[in-house]
Amino acid sequence: MFDFIVKRFFSTIVLLWILLTSLFFLLRLAPGGPFDTDRAWPPEIKTNILEKYGLNEPLFAQYQNWLSHVVQGDFKDSFQYLDRSVVSIIRDSLPISLKLGFLALFFIIVIGIPIGAYCAWKQNTPIDQAFLFLSASGISIPNYLLASILILIFAIHLQILPAALWDSPSSIILPSIALAVKPLCMVIRLTRASVLETLGEDYIRTAYAKGVSEFNVLFKHTLKNALIPIVTLLGPLVANLVTGSFVIELIFQIPGMGKHFISSILNRDYPLAMGVAFVYGSILLFSNFAVDLSYFWIDPRTRRLK
Amino acid sequence: MKRKIRLIASLFLVMITLFALFAPLVTPFSYEEQNIEQQLLQPNSTHWMGTDLLGRDLYSRIIYGSRLSLAVGAMTTLFALFIGTIAGVLSGYFGGKLDQVIMRVTDFFYTFPMILTAILFTLLFGRGLIGLFLAIGFSSWITQARLVRGQILQIKQLSYIEAAHALGQSEWNIVFKHVLPQLRGTIVIALAFQIPTNILTESFLSFMGLGLSPPFASWGTLAHEGYQAMLTYPHLIIFPGLALFLAMLSLQILADALRDSYDPKKNLEKSFLQ
Repeated sequence: MFDFIVKRFFSTIVLLWILLTSLFFLLRLAPGGPFDTDRAWPPEIKTNILEKYGLNEPLFAQYQNWLSHVVQGDFKDSFQYLDRSVVSIIRDSLPISLKLGFLALFFIIVIGIPIGAYCAWKQNTPIDQAFLFLSASGISIPNYLLASILILIFAIHLQILPAALWDSPSSIILPSIALAVKPLCMVIRLTRASVLETLGEDYIRTAYAKGVSEFNVLFKHTLKNALIPIVTLLGPLVANLVTGSFVIELIFQIPGMGKHFISSILNRDYPLAMGVAFVYGSILLFSNFAVDLSYFWIDPRTRRLK
Repeated sequence: MKRKIRLIASLFLVMITLFALFAPLVTPFSYEEQNIEQQLLQPNSTHWMGTDLLGRDLYSRIIYGSRLSLAVGAMTTLFALFIGTIAGVLSGYFGGKLDQVIMRVTDFFYTFPMILTAILFTLLFGRGLIGLFLAIGFSSWITQARLVRGQILQIKQLSYIEAAHALGQSEWNIVFKHVLPQLRGTIVIALAFQIPTNILTESFLSFMGLGLSPPFASWGTLAHEGYQAMLTYPHLIIFPGLALFLAMLSLQILADALRDSYDPKKNLEKSFLQ
């Protein structure tokens, strides 16, 4: 088990490096540059700008330079926001996205898993069918529609919650709901399917046969075994939630990191794009790593694996 | 109840497909006709869903927008299906080094968030229909490839495949006549779930301003135009969003229905009961 963890840890680091390296070259391969404008610059000015940011060097030299800075924790300055280092931009925006993402994640786990398990238990009853329909709707609703409906109802019509911005504690409520609904519905459906599958296992029948109460069968014997596909989904989900959502942040005017994710690529702000991708990639790969580790806890059989 | 909902969903899909195909017949206005005197009207009897900033009829724009949204969703899925199935067969059936390479590529795309892949491809291929098409197509074949590979690894072990080998059938014959037909169910279900996903990706890319340029529009582009004036003119974002939502929901319901009807376990239970 220890060997597995060490091996998995190093392969995670390598994967992160591959991810960043390919993004580095893909971004530069894409047509357009960070300082392109509608009117062409005079050649001397263009040369000076490119020189200042080290963009006139050969591609591989740029890459070496970038990599040697990154291993020291320096992501250089943003092109788009003058005089701001990528690290400071991320330091300002990441905590906001983290807060929002973890609140959404809390809703998803606390509401999604019990509802999913309950639906499986009450399979094909009207209440199960109702939740299935609701969750299909939740998956289908585009998040900008959901966000605007929430704003129209709670901020404009009822006037009980702020419509946008990030200046009071209650600002977090609407965006986190808008963020949570789709993954919540996915978790409900996945939990239902997974619990249904587990309920058919022989050991569940055994548990019933030896007189374990229905509640204990459902929550102790079934749910823990049914958790594996859900936990697997949670890995990428965590990364997507806590690094912010572009659409939600745009609509609610939240200064989180999701905005940088997209805009840095569209503006060819190479340093910022790499910095944001680094944060996203590390969170994604390490939450997948954590997911792998959690299998040991959920399913003791995996502990015997090399 | 379930059957009724499924019936409504199919009827709705047939309806929007027909509306999209015969858009000029069912729209009272042109999608690009501007009328400056009638900007930003709320929904009324002439303009059923109101008008936009340039006085264009929103209802007509949504109907024309469905053409793009649905076409991109369907075509990219077929594209992903094609590439994904080939990759899945090559890696699952023929295995070896090729399998290693293909699996590493899919691993790599798996760590890349799909939206990021789609954005990068849009940048590489340029804005426009082709760029959009390739971006979504290329970022969605991975799931299909993995699914097909997994299934083939199982089917390969079955004795009827062994029998086909023993009878001296060629590899291609086995793949096309014995393996792929067995995968039909899996592929159809994957297809049904992929279409709504790709429609949503298109709408997301368009929402970010990476879609087609005006006056052409998809539901995502319309929502993108609408969100800026969201608080004062909510109809501009609600109607395109609603169109997308209803289409997605119908597709989702039908995909569920398909999966239920193909579910081998369920049929097994039935045959046991009888």
